Amino acid sequence: MRAGNQHPPQDAPRFQVALYVTCLVDLFRPSVAFDTIQLLEQAGCEVTVPTLQTCCGQPTYNTGDYESTIPLARQLIEAFEFADYVVVPSGSCAGMISHHYPKLLQDEWRERALALAAKTFELTTFLSDIAKIEKAPGDTAPLPSVTYHDSCAGLRELGVKAQPRALLKELCNLEVSELGQTEVCCGFGGTFCAKMPELSGKMASDKLDSALATGAKVLAGGDMGCLMNIAGRAKRLGKNIEVRHIAELLAGDLDGPAIGEGKQ
Amino acid sequence: MSSTDQAKGSRAFYSNVRSSLQETEKVNRRDMLGLFMPMIRDAAVNEFGGFEELRRHVKNIKQHSLDNLYHYLSQFVEEAKSNGNHVHFAQDSSEMNSIVLDICQQHDARRVIKGKSMVTEETHLLPHLQSAGLEVVETDLGEYIIQQAGESPSHIVGPALHKSVDEIRELFMRKHQLGERELEGPAEMVAEARTVLREHFLKADVGIIGSNALIAESGYSMLVTNEGNGDLCANLPKVLIICTTMDRVVPRANDAMALLRLLVRSATGQPVTCYTSFYSGPRQGEDTDGPIETHIVLLDNKRSDILDSDYREMLQCIRCAACLNHCPIYIGAGGHAYGSVYMGPMGSVLTPLLTSLEESNALPNACTACGRCAEVCPASIPLPDLLRDLRHDETRAKLSPTRWRVGMKIHAWLLSHPWLYHKLTALGIPALGWLGRKKGSFKSLVLANGWTDERDFPAPQGRTFMQQYQSQRDDNEDAG
Ligand code: SF4
Repeated sequence: MRAGNQHPPQDAPRFQVALYVTCLVDLFRPSVAFDTIQLLEQAGCEVTVPTLQTCCGQPTYNTGDYESTIPLARQLIEAFEFADYVVVPSGSCAGMISHHYPKLLQDEWRERALALAAKTFELTTFLSDIAKIEKAPGDTAPLPSVTYHDSCAGLRELGVKAQPRALLKELCNLEVSELGQTEVCCGFGGTFCAKMPELSGKMASDKLDSALATGAKVLAGGDMGCLMNIAGRAKRLGKNIEVRHIAELLAGDLDGPAIGEGKQ
Repeated sequence: MSSTDQAKGSRAFYSNVRSSLQETEKVNRRDMLGLFMPMIRDAAVNEFGGFEELRRHVKNIKQHSLDNLYHYLSQFVEEAKSNGNHVHFAQDSSEMNSIVLDICQQHDARRVIKGKSMVTEETHLLPHLQSAGLEVVETDLGEYIIQQAGESPSHIVGPALHKSVDEIRELFMRKHQLGERELEGPAEMVAEARTVLREHFLKADVGIIGSNALIAESGYSMLVTNEGNGDLCANLPKVLIICTTMDRVVPRANDAMALLRLLVRSATGQPVTCYTSFYSGPRQGEDTDGPIETHIVLLDNKRSDILDSDYREMLQCIRCAACLNHCPIYIGAGGHAYGSVYMGPMGSVLTPLLTSLEESNALPNACTACGRCAEVCPASIPLPDLLRDLRHDETRAKLSPTRWRVGMKIHAWLLSHPWLYHKLTALGIPALGWLGRKKGSFKSLVLANGWTDERDFPAPQGRTFMQQYQSQRDDNEDAG
């Protein structure tokens, strides 16, 4: 294996990666999963997608139903522990696996959770710190100006902050126009947004206002939950900003409609 | 506010939040607080340098103190008594209130002055004393303002932060005998309050204060203030009563100093408060001033239960309010919405533990798990974990709405049957995608009204990823 050199995809893969697509990407934005695969392959990975995957259990866990979450955690561990690396295009799902499974499970399962945690990575962290991707998979057409929402779980549980910015810079030659109060939550919070809709709506509006103040055309992020929340709020208020997953930008997949946008 | 009102307040949390979001001017003022307080805290922490290290140290101190609480508490009591203090234990709020009233009555007291103390807010001491005919005046400027306004604190460090300068001016104009005088800026208002309060200080029979730390090795009690009113309450009247809780105990003076260095930076971004005082006991031999008699009342009010529970870490709290200032829920909701003396993340953990989960179960749900509170908490309390654990207790006690609980169970059951889940989503999702293909999102959607009340629901792109991936694989296999 030649270290440090970017391998064309046809070379022997450098990493065996199992992709956990996450339920929101699976259901709402499959293109993000295809973009993720492209990026991983470009970085010299062989990607498999275990078919027994569903949801990591965040909604039940965060509501406080630990008992219903345990089987979901075990199911995910069983489906993924064969892999060398598990990559997840979501900070909160990766954080659920690596931070919360070991807290939730006991004994033998806790050991298995810890082993899985050690090889589970959020997408931009994996691309930037582990696979060290050097080139975008497609031609990067000139990209629009972009601002970035740091989703809370990725930011605080996993330390995802520099990685997406570095990737946008290196792969797309794009400098992020930073949000004011970028460390503040967008108000999604899983079931929180349905329990306290008004307050959640205020928080999403605040986030949107900060985004619009940057003058950026696109708001990117690494977590579908937050992005759907912000995009949905933008649609409701008629605010004009494209909301996209970071994988779409890195893979140059900007032809299709942004999150919450129609096909006209 | 009586304790039943408080309970109602917590239960009514959701509707309180809805109303407080309507008050645009107050919302804007709180937003400024949410912007400004983290900035000054960050600046103080960065300038200090060794904050993280000190934070670990303080966590160890607090954990050690709590692990050996009864040992240090008895050491404190012994030392405090040998310094000449009277020490009392109060099991609950009403016991603390009667102990304090008894002391006042023994001394035929008519006028009481009070420093800022959250414990006495917790026990509703003030109305208790007033209903027995005592005149009680709050002497912390913020507390004085809300006392005049007949309100409750909206913040644990700055109790009157919800009031604008104009509101305070109007209040003073109404309540004080100002004659022709106008109060121009904040400086004049502060001077006015000082003049009025000075009279009260000089006339008072009893002073009541709280405590930031109880030092076991010496029996001293530490108090920090920015206005010096604590010292006047403690030293001018002939009787001093310190109302505090057992979890304030630390082993040594050095430990209290370590705590102080974190507390002040986290609370107000200052390196140190203007006044840091240590109270040893009554006036001795040659002393020319100080109280003649001093009492320390130690309140339990469920702290021993918390100590023995999975929520022990909550007792590490040093009441700095950093978690409030960094919490978007607190900033959005405002302190009054919590219906409790404790608010924000620390309050959402404490209130259910001090009252009951039945009364206050809305509070632990007011959290997006963003984790910013735990990131800044100087006492390293894992607040989001504790809040989630309370939601777990809530779920197990079947206190959460049935449709949520049952919904979650069905959701989890389906997710634990991947084959069925993929089949069903492969049917439903493309249909939903087709319906939403033109507009790209839905204005309303069955079963998603919590979401669509405030935002559109983005439509799926079409077929699920799993569906597409499976058919690609099938195609490849056919081709191969
Ligand atoms: S929980 Fe932590 S941050 Fe909040 S008031 Fe207590 S010590 Fe301060």
